[in-house]
Amino acid sequence: MLANQIVQKLNATALGVWNQNLMNKDYQYVFATDLMSDALAMINNSCDQTVLLTGLCNAQSLRTAEMLDLELIIYVRGKKLDEEVLKLAMEMGFNVFSTDYSMFEASGILYQEGLHAGD
Amino acid sequence: MQVINQQFIVERDDYANAGKVSSQVKQTLNQIGIPGELLRRVAVACYEAEINMIIHAWGGTIQCTLEDNGELTLTFKDPGPGIPNIDKALTPGWSTASEKARQLGFGAGMGLFNIKRVSDHFDIQTSPQGTTLTIGFLVTS
Repeated sequence: MLANQIVQKLNATALGVWNQNLMNKDYQYVFATDLMSDALAMINNSCDQTVLLTGLCNAQSLRTAEMLDLELIIYVRGKKLDEEVLKLAMEMGFNVFSTDYSMFEASGILYQEGLHAGD
Repeated sequence: MQVINQQFIVERDDYANAGKVSSQVKQTLNQIGIPGELLRRVAVACYEAEINMIIHAWGGTIQCTLEDNGELTLTFKDPGPGIPNIDKALTPGWSTASEKARQLGFGAGMGLFNIKRVSDHFDIQTSPQGTTLTIGFLVTS
């Protein structure tokens, strides 16, 4: 599913899009968690096709994404990033969005659309 | 292959900069052409260990070396307080993380387990005077 379509399905608003090319990239997997070590444990060869859904809005969500080569992060429950964190997202060239859906709802919507957990 | 020997200092409770060293290590290794899958493993291990130094230890040093035979080693040394029970610390889900660490998204009890799982070599020595974690990876050209 293309990043653009994912964002549309979740009615997500852009907090920062710093790599427009990636909005036409196909993503097949989703990892949803507020625990960064859980995210780090899902390391696999599909990381670059994985969307991170999280409610954790601090720099560590971005650092975790950086280590795993995740490039699309969607924050749930309408959460926003503060200026410092947003600046870090820009430096990393990530695309970050916010959806009003809860983690459970957002996961369910993307699962219905055919995205699933990584290998 | 280019030989790397870099040392970084990690400050105790420096939550604001948590992960910066791992980011630098990853960038350095990326620049010399370490392949993506290995690079991710190294970055994940380094990041988990760096976070551990900040939230559990009293800071410390991180040494990154790459020998020309392809042995990549990361050594994390801290001055204490040590890990009381290594077996428990390596058990998935077991955590002694503080409330502050949990607010950062850590404390899942997966840190050391993750590090061991993604590294090719894993050794940890600990006492109340400090912990030395050595992890290794084989870089094949």
